[in-house]
Amino acid sequence: MILLAHSLNIQPLKNPKSNPVLLSANGLTCIREDRILFEALSFSVCSGDVIQVEGPNGSGKTSLLRILAGLSQPYDGTVLFSEQNIAEHSDVFHQNLLYLGHLPGVKGEMTAQENLEFTLALQGNDSSKAEETLEKVNLLGFEDALASHLSAGQHRRISLARLWQSKVPIWILDEPFTAIDKQGVTQLEQLFLAHAQRGGCVILTTHQDLSFPEDKVKKITLDYRFY
Amino acid sequence: MIPDQNLSYRSAFNLIIKRDLTIAFRHRDDIINPLLFFIIVVTLFPLGIGPESTTLSRIAPGIIWVAALLSTLLSLDRLFKSDHEDGSLEQMMLSPHPIFILVLAKIIAHWMVTGLPLIFIAPLLAVLLHLNENSYSALMLTLLLGTPILSLLGAIGVALTVGLKKGGVLLSLLVLPLYIPVLIFATSAIDTAAMNLPYSGQLAIIAALFFGSLTLAPFAVSAALKVSTN
Repeated sequence: MILLAHSLNIQPLKNPKSNPVLLSANGLTCIREDRILFEALSFSVCSGDVIQVEGPNGSGKTSLLRILAGLSQPYDGTVLFSEQNIAEHSDVFHQNLLYLGHLPGVKGEMTAQENLEFTLALQGNDSSKAEETLEKVNLLGFEDALASHLSAGQHRRISLARLWQSKVPIWILDEPFTAIDKQGVTQLEQLFLAHAQRGGCVILTTHQDLSFPEDKVKKITLDYRFY
Repeated sequence: MIPDQNLSYRSAFNLIIKRDLTIAFRHRDDIINPLLFFIIVVTLFPLGIGPESTTLSRIAPGIIWVAALLSTLLSLDRLFKSDHEDGSLEQMMLSPHPIFILVLAKIIAHWMVTGLPLIFIAPLLAVLLHLNENSYSALMLTLLLGTPILSLLGAIGVALTVGLKKGGVLLSLLVLPLYIPVLIFATSAIDTAAMNLPYSGQLAIIAALFFGSLTLAPFAVSAALKVSTN
C-alpha cells in the first residue's frame, strides 16, 4: 500500500488524523427553485474513503459538493469537520480542504506554469515545484504557453496538477475527469487510491465508472425528484 | 494544528498583487480603456461649453472628479467578474488565507491599474481646463486620497452584483450614490484652494473616508462575495 504512494511520489499528509471520521454530514437538505434536491441526508466520510456521488443531471450532485465544501449553505443540516461546524470554523476547515469545481480556475493571460504556481501558493503549498508537477500531468513543453492557447483538457490538467502537491486530507472534486483522456483518467484513479491509502479521503462526482475494486469505493446515489 | 509558514498575510497579499498586475499588463485594455475614457470625457466639456477660461476654470474641479468617478465605474466590472466566471474566485474563497486579505490585495491592484494613471494624467487635463494655478496641489492630493476610496467602495457593489448576469446598470445605481461625499469634499477642497484659503479640513475628511473604507470595505466585500457565490 505504501508502495503505491511512493511510486506516485506524493507527499505524506500535513496533519495525519487520529480520528478516522474526517467529514460528516448531518441531515442535509437542499432546496433549489422550490424543488427538494435531497432531504435529511446524513453520512460520514472516514480517512481512506473514496466516495462517488452519482445521479442523473440535475439531481443535486454539485449542490451537495458545494455544501460539503462550505461554498453554499444547506437549507437545513450541518457539515462537521473533526466535530466542528464548518460554517463556524471555516479557517481550520479550509486548511484541510481541496475543492475543484467544474470550472478549472485557469487564467488565459497567464502561462501554464504561472497558473499552477499561483494555485499552489494560494493553497499554501510550495510553488517552486510547479515545473516538475506539470510534467506529471503531461504538460511538459507547455510551461511557457499562455493558457488561452491551450485546450479545455489541458486547462483541466493545469487545474488538477495541484493534487500531486496537495498535503491536505479532504479532496472534493466535481467532475474531475471532464475533458481528460483515458490515460489521464487512469493516472488520476491511481492518485485517488494512493491518497486514500495515505489517510485522506476523496469525494467526487463522475458519470464514468471508476475502475476501482468494488470494496474501495463507496457510492452515494441521488435520485432526481420532481417535488 | 501546525501553523503553516507559507500562510502569512504578506505572502498572500503579494501573491494576489503580482498575479493581478501580471494579468493587467498582458491584457492592456484594462489599463488603457478607462484612461482614454477619462481623457475623452474631460475634453468633451471645453468643446461643448466653449473655450472661455473663466467658465472652464470654475467648473474644472467638478469635471475632472466626475470623469474620474465614471471611469472608475467603467473599470470596476473587471475586479471580480473574470475571476467569478473562470472559477478562480471559488478557489480564493476556499483558500486557507483569510479572504479579506485577498480582497484587499485585489482592490489595491485595481487601484494601481486604474486610479494611479488618472492621477498622472489629471494635471495635464487640468491645464486644458484652465484650472486655477493655486489648485494643482489640492487636485493631486484629493485624487491621491480619493481614488482609492472609489475602488474600495466600488468593490462592495461589484461583490454584490458579481453573480448577476447583467449587473452593469445596477452596479452604477448602487455605487454612484456612495461616491457623493468624496465628490463634494474633493471639489470643495479644490475650490477653496483656488481662493488661496486653507483646505486641510476637507482633506482631513477625505483622509478619514479613505482610512474608514480601507479598514472596513474588505470585510464588507468578503461578506458580499460569500452571498454572491452561494
